[in-house]
Order: sequence, then C-alpha cells, then structure tokens
Amino acid sequence: MAHAATAHADSGHVDEHHWTSTGLNSRKIAIWGFIGSECLFFASLISTYLVYKGKSLVGPLPHTESQCMLDGKMQTCEAIFEIPLVTFGTAVLLFSSFFVVLALYGAQKGDRKMLLTWLSATVLCGLFFVGMQVYEFYHFYHKGLGYSTNLFGSTFYTLTGFHGSHVTLGVIWLSTMLYLAVRGKLTPDKSLNLEMAALYWHFVDVVWIVIFPVVYLMR
Amino acid sequence: MERSPGRVWRAWLTRAGLLGLLVLIAGCSQNYHQTTLLPRSDITRLIDDLFMTTVWWAVVVFVLVEGALVYALFRFRSRPGDPEPEQTHGNTTVEIIWTVIPAVILAFIAVPTVKTIVKTSLPAPNPQVDVEVIGHQWWWEYRYPKLGVVTANELVVPVGKMVNLRMWSADVLHSWWSPQLASKRDVFPIFNNTRDKKINPLWFTADSVGDYSGQCAELCGIQHARMGLRVIVKSEADFESWVAKERVGSPLVEGGKVAAAIDSAWKADTVHTKGQAAFMSGGCIACHAMVGTPLAGALNLRGPNLSHTGGRTTIGANMYENTPSMLAQWLRDPQGMKQGSHMVLPRPLTEAEISALVAYLRMHQ
Amino acid sequence: MATSVLEHKAPAIPHHYPKTGFWSWITTVDHKRIGILYGATAFIFFLIGGIEAVIMRLQLIGPNGKLVDPDTFNALFTMHGTTMIFLGVMPLSAFFFNFFIPLQIGARDVVFPRLNAFSYWVFLLGAIFINVSFLVGAPPDGGWFGYANLTSARMIPSTAAAPAPGLNIDFWVIGLQILGIASIAAALNFFVTIINLRAPGMTLLRMPMFVWMSFIVQILLLLAFPVITVALVFLMMDRNFGTSFFMPDGGGDPVMWQHLFWIFGHPEVYILILPAFGIASEVLPVFSRKPLFGYTAMVFSGVFIAFVGFGVWSHHMFATGMGPFADTFFSLATMVIAIPTGVKIFNWIGTLWGGSLRFTTAMLFAVGMVALFIVGGLSGVMHASPPADLQQTDTYFIVAHFHYVLFGGSIFGLAAGAYYWWPKIFGRLLDEKLGKAHFWLTFIGMNLTFFPMHYLGLHGMPRRVYTYPEGLGFEFLNQVETVGAFVIVLAFLLFIVNIIKTWMGPANAPADPWHGATLEWSIPSPPQEFNFPNLPRVGSSVPQWDAWRAAGGKLPEPVRVSGDDIHMPNPSYWPLMAAIGLTILMSSLMLIRQWDYWYAITLFGTAWLFFSVYRWAFEPTGH
Repeated sequence: MAHAATAHADSGHVDEHHWTSTGLNSRKIAIWGFIGSECLFFASLISTYLVYKGKSLVGPLPHTESQCMLDGKMQTCEAIFEIPLVTFGTAVLLFSSFFVVLALYGAQKGDRKMLLTWLSATVLCGLFFVGMQVYEFYHFYHKGLGYSTNLFGSTFYTLTGFHGSHVTLGVIWLSTMLYLAVRGKLTPDKSLNLEMAALYWHFVDVVWIVIFPVVYLMR
Repeated sequence: MERSPGRVWRAWLTRAGLLGLLVLIAGCSQNYHQTTLLPRSDITRLIDDLFMTTVWWAVVVFVLVEGALVYALFRFRSRPGDPEPEQTHGNTTVEIIWTVIPAVILAFIAVPTVKTIVKTSLPAPNPQVDVEVIGHQWWWEYRYPKLGVVTANELVVPVGKMVNLRMWSADVLHSWWSPQLASKRDVFPIFNNTRDKKINPLWFTADSVGDYSGQCAELCGIQHARMGLRVIVKSEADFESWVAKERVGSPLVEGGKVAAAIDSAWKADTVHTKGQAAFMSGGCIACHAMVGTPLAGALNLRGPNLSHTGGRTTIGANMYENTPSMLAQWLRDPQGMKQGSHMVLPRPLTEAEISALVAYLRMHQ
Repeated sequence: MATSVLEHKAPAIPHHYPKTGFWSWITTVDHKRIGILYGATAFIFFLIGGIEAVIMRLQLIGPNGKLVDPDTFNALFTMHGTTMIFLGVMPLSAFFFNFFIPLQIGARDVVFPRLNAFSYWVFLLGAIFINVSFLVGAPPDGGWFGYANLTSARMIPSTAAAPAPGLNIDFWVIGLQILGIASIAAALNFFVTIINLRAPGMTLLRMPMFVWMSFIVQILLLLAFPVITVALVFLMMDRNFGTSFFMPDGGGDPVMWQHLFWIFGHPEVYILILPAFGIASEVLPVFSRKPLFGYTAMVFSGVFIAFVGFGVWSHHMFATGMGPFADTFFSLATMVIAIPTGVKIFNWIGTLWGGSLRFTTAMLFAVGMVALFIVGGLSGVMHASPPADLQQTDTYFIVAHFHYVLFGGSIFGLAAGAYYWWPKIFGRLLDEKLGKAHFWLTFIGMNLTFFPMHYLGLHGMPRRVYTYPEGLGFEFLNQVETVGAFVIVLAFLLFIVNIIKTWMGPANAPADPWHGATLEWSIPSPPQEFNFPNLPRVGSSVPQWDAWRAAGGKLPEPVRVSGDDIHMPNPSYWPLMAAIGLTILMSSLMLIRQWDYWYAITLFGTAWLFFSVYRWAFEPTGH
C-alpha cells in the first residue's frame, strides 16, 4: 500500500465510496451550479428585452395600439398583450411550485398517494402553462406579431420561447419522475431524484416571476 | 544541479539588447507616415502626452520588477549541498507595501487619464470646419455641408482651424483613423429607417501642412486592409481655392447645376463630351455622381462622387497613385485591382472608352 | 461518485467493455484518459492554429503580399483566434484540469465521470465541425469577435461581387454553440468536484493553487458562456429568420452585440490565463524548495480578478464613443485589476526570493511566464487609458499585448505544466536538454515575433489587414516578426521531437521526480485507475512535503496495489452517443437557409439526444 506519513484516511472513520467534503450530495450542488449558469442565460435575454423596449420601428406593440402590417396592409392594430390569461397561467405555474413541494414531501415520507397526487398536479400545471403559451404565440401571430415583425416580436418570442422550452423540459423531467413513482421506484431513499427536478422546476418558476412583471406588466 | 543558466541568460540579454537598439533606430527614423508617435494636432498631442506618461511609469515598473526577478534568479540559484531554504509563507508588511505601491502608481496614471478623457470627450470647443464622414465598403465619403463640398477618401482641411467630424456608416462598422491628426472613432451604420442614429464626433486642429495617411481600423470585410484614407492639410489660401473648385457641380450647391458659361464651355470640349458619353454608356452613371451628368446632384449613390477625380492624389481609397495609367488599369479591371470591391463593370469597357474616361476624369479637377 | 439518476445495484463491469484498445478509449470515463484525449486533441488543433499563424506571417513578410487572397487571410486570422482560444488553450487547460484536479485534491475521479466523457466528445465534435468549414470552402471570416453587422447576413443587398451570404459565419456561430455546451458541462463537473471531492482535511485554504485557480475558472465559465450563447442565438436569428437584433434597419443596435460578446469575452481572458497562473504557482515553489509566498493573497487576488473581470468588458469598446462617464468607469475598473495581478507577480518573485532554485525546463517556462506576463500587463495598463486606446485599439499594439499575455502567459504556463507533469501522466520524463532548447527558442522567437508588434501598432499598422502598402515603414519589423515566427516553429518541432524521443524511451519515471509538494506525487507514475488506494488525509497546503518531513527526508517509492475492492465507474458509450445526437441537432441549424425541411434533422438529432440521455440516466454505473 502507499507509503508513510501522508496520513491516509483509515476506513474506520471515512466511508470512502460516499465521501464528500461538504457532506452534501454532489448532484444537488451540481443542480445549483447549473441554475447559477442559467441565471446569466436569462439575465442576458431579459436585459436585451429591456434594452430594446420601445425601439420597435413598426407595430404591433405590447401595450398600445399601433400601425402594423396585417392581412397584407398597414392598419391600426390592437395592443398585443391580454393580461388576464397570462396572469392565470402565472398563477397556475406558481401553484405547481407549491404542488411539487408537497409531492417531494410525499416522496420523502414514503406516502405514495400524496406523491402521485401532487406530482400529477404539478405535471398538469406545467402542461397547462405550456399550452397557454402555445395558444398565446398562435394568437399573437394572428394579431400581426411575427417573429421578425419588429424588435418587440423578436425579443419577446426569444425570451418567452426559451422560458417555455425550459418549462417543457421540466415537464418531461417531472413526467419521468411520475412514471418512476407509478412503478414504485421513487422510494424515500431515491427522493433526491425528485428533489433535483423540483429545484429546477422552482428555478423555472422564479424566472417567470421576473419575466411576468418585466414583460407583461411594465409599460 | 542543472547547467548554470547564467551563460544562456547573458547571451539572450545581448541579443535582446541588439534587437532593442535596432528597433529604437528604426523607431526614431522619420519613415513612418501613419504613426501615432509624431502627433501633428492638438488632440493627438494630448493623447501622446498621456501615453508617454504611462510609458515612463511602465518603464520604471518594468525595470524594477524584471530587475528583481532576474536578481532573484541569479542570487538564489541552488548550489550543491544547499540546506533547505527557510520555509517562509508570507510577510504581511511586505504584501501590504506591494499592494499599495502599484495602487499609488496607478493613481498617477489615472488622474491624467481622467483629465484627458474629459478634454477629448468634450464637443469640439471651437468648430471652424464641419465635415460629415461616411464609411462605405471600402472607401470614405466626406461632405462639407456648410462649404458645399462632396468628395471621397481624401479629407482636405485648412491648417490651424478646428475641424469637427460627424461620422457614420452606410453599411457595416468601420473606424476612421488618422493617427497623426485625430486618433480614431468607430462609425456605425445609419440606414434610411434608422431611428436612433449613432453619429460619432471627432475633432482636431492640424498644426502643420502636409499629407497624412490613415485607414479604417475596424474589420469591415474583404478589403478592410485597403480602406485607406488621407488627410491633406493645406494653408488657408490653398484650402479656399480647393473649396472653390470643388463647389462646381457639387450636389450640395444648387443640386449639382453649374453656370451656363461653364456648361457650354464643357460641351464645346471633345474630351468632356466623349468622356461623358463613355461615362453614360459604360454604366458608370449607375453608381457615381459626376459633374455635367444628369446625376451630378445625386447623393447616396453606391460609389464615390467622381466630379473632381482629377484633383485627387490617389484612387481606390489611398491604394494607387492617381496617374493616367493607374486609372486606366483600374477601369480595365477593377476586381483585379481591388478584389471583392463593389465596383463591378456592367460590361468590359473598350480601350477607346477607357482612354476617353481617363482624360475626362482627369480634366475635371 | 454515484451519477446515475437511478442507482441500480452494482453489477460487475460488463465483459463487452474492453480495458485496452480503441473501444476502451471510446467508452472511457476515467478522468486521466479523458484528460489525455483532451491534451492530444488540443495539441493537434494547436498545430493547425500555428500553421494558420505562419501562413499569415508569410503573407505579411513584405508589403503588398500575394501569398493568399484577402478573403483567405480574413479566414486565417478568424480561425487562428478561434482555434487558439477555443480549441487550443481552453482544452489544453482542460487537459490539466482533468488529469490533475482529482489527483491534487485526493479524489478517485471527477464527480460525474460520464458527463466528463460527454464534455470531451462534444468538444471534439464541435472542434471538427468548425474546421470542416475549410473543407467545404466556407471558413468563418468575420473575426473571432464576429462583430455584427458585418456578420449579419443581410448587411447589404447582394450583388455579383457580394452574392448571397455563405455558410462561413454559420459555421462559426454553430461551432461556438457546440463548444460552449462542452465548456459548461465540463465546468459544472469540475466545480462540483472541487467543492465536494476534496480529501479529508483539505479545507478550501489548503487546496493547491492550481486547484484554486481552476475553481475560479470553472465559475467564470459557468457565468460567462451563457451570455455568448444568447448573443450567438440572436446572431443566428438575424442571419436566418430576418430578425433585427443587431441590424439598424430594423431598430437593432450592433453595439448590443459588442456588449454581449465582451461580457463573455473579458472573463474569457481570465479563463485562458488563470490556469497558467495556477500551474506557475505549483512549479515555482517546488523548484524553489519553499512554499508559495502569500498563499492567501494569491487566492484572494485570483477571486478579485475574476470578480472585477466581469465589470470591465467595455474597455474593449472605448472607440465606440461611450461618453466620458462610461469611459472613466471602465478605465478605472480596468486599472484596478492591475493591483491583484501585481500582487500575484510579486508573490511569485517572493516565492523565488531566498529559495534554492533548480532551473528545470518546467521552472524556466514558469519563470518565463512571469517575465513575459509583466510586459503584457504593462501594455495592458497603457490601453486601459481610453484616450491612448483611441490610438491603440484595433492595431498591432493590441496584438502584441494579448500575445504577451496569452502566448507569454498561457502557453508558457501550459508548457511549464507539460514538463512538470509529463512524468506523472506518462511515467516518462521529458528530455531536459531538448526541453531547455525548446524553452530558449520559444522565448527568443516569442519576443522576436511579438515585441516589434508594439512598434508597428504605434506606427499605425491596423490589425486584421491582409497586407500593407510600402512606404509606411512597416517592412522591416514585419520581416523580423516572420523570422521570429519560424524560430517558434523550430522550438515547437523540438518539443515534438522531445515527445517522440520520450515516448520511445523507458517508462522509468519515479513517483516523485521533482520532490513535489502536492498529493499527485504520493502515488505511482502513471497513477492507477483508482488513483488513491485509500483517501489521503491532508493537514496543510503541502501534504507531500509534510509526509516527507514526517518520514525524516526519505519516502519509499509507492507500490502498485491490486485495487480489486475499489469500485470504479463503468465505461459507457452513451456520452459519445449523446454528443453525436447533440451535434446532429446543432448541425441541422446550418441548413435553415438551404433546405426547407431542415427541422426534420433537428427533430432526428433531438430524438437521438433524448434517447441517449435516457439510456445514460438509467444505465448501471457499477456503483
């Protein structure tokens, strides 16, 4: 065995295969690191949206009527945003964060019914939000806002589109967890798998809490 | 221990010294026509003073730090049987000192820097000649709105008068750089519908008559290297007579119309009539404004205004001397003379057309 | 080290995973083998980048050079910069991160071995992807900084001379996206590895300085790369979907690209240099027989540089005309960075001071790095001053500056690391005579090539020019530089000869040829798959010197053990499969303007990626 005084750990005190310096699970640190990186990703998108706010050369505009090209002719277009629907979507997404906490609690306690109920609710909320966004994009497009129509369209679709794709990935991830839960494989000792998905889900949610006021409410 | 590095060090030092000497000799000679080190205007002198301040501080720091390093390398090289050196881990006093000293030196650089920023960023204190500079791939357009002059590549200014440039671009980013007279500033595109127009200013007062080279300093495509420019500083009298010549048929003077007397004199001149015929039939008119043609008053054409080509010293953006043979060669094969340039002949010109054009372009000074 | 989303029971290594040969390298998850793959790949691309540089130097040896076309020259400097940064220095750093972070912190592998393999494969495919552009005749030619709107497709209406935009810039955009994903994945891995796999007793302030600087680099990578990812997405949309993110004709602003690019680009500078700082901080103490001077100051100056480094990006943009307030702010912030950098230099000199210096090749390169970095640092302060920068930016003065910090700094640091760690990696000591010749030729060639560039820039020679006219006084110094470039080539050939000679020699390096201070020297050279039979216990930042002292100045050579009871992660080909899926997905974006059904390939790549990721997630890890 290796030589003397670089005093080697004696196996009595340290479980060499599960040793971590912080005592935390590495995957949990990794997801936090990833979230940190993602923060800069969304910060860049949101900053660009803000820098270009009000710089569109033609309509349609988010909050006010404007001249825009619709059905092949320039005409007065209505404001793009319809706040009630997106507010409802926001509430649904916020509630899903609450539900996933309950699901995780169920997973940690080994309460299968609680886990399945709330995890299903979370996935359904996520699906609803994605559906709302698809509807919104479709609707906005038919109100004259194409991807390259103006800077508002480009920055709006890029920002909310990337957020929506993150939500979609989250739904896929959570659905995988749901599948495992249904098959009884998400036992309390494996609950970290759900905890990571939940952390990611919270992050996606928090990003929306920034996007919603900055994009939809701020005039 | 390994072979003593002393000999190699000394050899290197000798070599470095020789090179330094060579470079210094080269640096002091007067063969640099685009140098920042021989400033010839108020603003470049300000910048040069600031730069030299930092250079001297840098030399001091360089000598002290590299000196300490080289001293340590010689002084502390291991010898056979050396005992283990003292295992020091640091020394708070020393570490504080060498954190504070650089901070103080930086303050000595920062204060003149901020002063110079303020001086150089001010709007031109006393603008006497206004010029609009427009970057194009790969040439420069100059417009003197108050004097009624439109020209290309060669900026002509009077000595001792403050020139105020307002600069933008017609296509991509460029950077207008006249090292001896003005330093540089990027130019940003303004298109027809651009709302937030970014027009960069730059001002200078040239303090001696002469020709000064410069060029584009921001990568702008295939011929970035050949987007040259020239600033010609003239005495006030010379400048005024230059302006008087340039005003003839300028788009900024009565939309390019010339006096009837001049017009009829041109029409009687076969050099003019034959040249103009070639100019029209050869397709030059599609991209270039020219005195006496229907488009003499046009601005914003694709190519430079050619009304007074005969009075310019260079062609192709400071690329070739403006001689009849160079001009002819350019007209024969612009892509061969400047690969990728936007000058594309609709059809090859005949030799007869080329010589008519050369005479015509050189006639209008 | 469990990495599976679902941890299955640990079966023995499946027999279809070989332990040696081609397939063992394809499926490896061993950080040491992945490190070697990074090193070998980066070395090849480094040579390609060097060849590009030599062609440029030949073109510029005299005025009106005609060796290459103007557009070829533009491609050469674009790809030289892109290659040296993303395919040369960064992966060479990753070579050392991979091999030595686990060894120096006393770990058996990185925390996510398969993610590590994934990072490498994505990097390799991205590097090949971006260089394929040469083979299809459309190499990127918009500069490594890709300034919009030159790189936006609808820059000007097309003419016969400038027809519809080619794929040149698309290769650059998509290639950088692929490489960015590799960098972020790798950074996440090392970030967690350093936080969580330090051996018992190795507190943060006992970590080797190389690990510290690497740690800072990983954080910079995690925070800087997302910004360029976003910028590249915008540029891609401008090129393909008619948006106006950077196009003034639709209200966009090309300056926005510059901000986004340099918010990434400036931290990137520290990503390139800090690993070299770390290596020098390992090599100098060992060959001075004395610990690093001012360890804590070294740590915090590194942290400070990284932190302030995020707030100075606009010093690349003084010529854009930002106004006196922004100029002053970014100028002073930039000058402030000189203080911690100075602290590092003084601490290195302090480390040498009073020591007993052995001038091995590694030591020469480390000292050379310090000496040359001083020059780059001083010229850096010169153009931190905005008025002076108005004369210097986009000239050869800047080229001189960043080659002193990146060649004189990064490359010298990496070379020091190569000579220092070669015996640990390959069990063979590089030849010291050839090594010293390598050093001196590099040192002389480097100064011959890059020092005159200061003068050229000050005398008015802009960067990125395919040629220069006669009569401006540029001829002589350009000749000197081209000669210098060939001296560097010669030096590099000596290094290759050294590698071949060493390769053919006996594998007889001892565990600790240098009397090293850190944990990697406590195990055999090359290390066994599991690195440490038992996790070491660490009581200071120089554990191996502690052991040496405790043993009374004589340590026995560590013996190789069977290690049968040590579970190491299983090999896997899913990282490679996932990397291929990702590359297909990204490559499909090249076809947007070419083929109406490009998204069919996108969907195919996405499906492939998802399938591979699921197989990866549910694969037994042997743990």
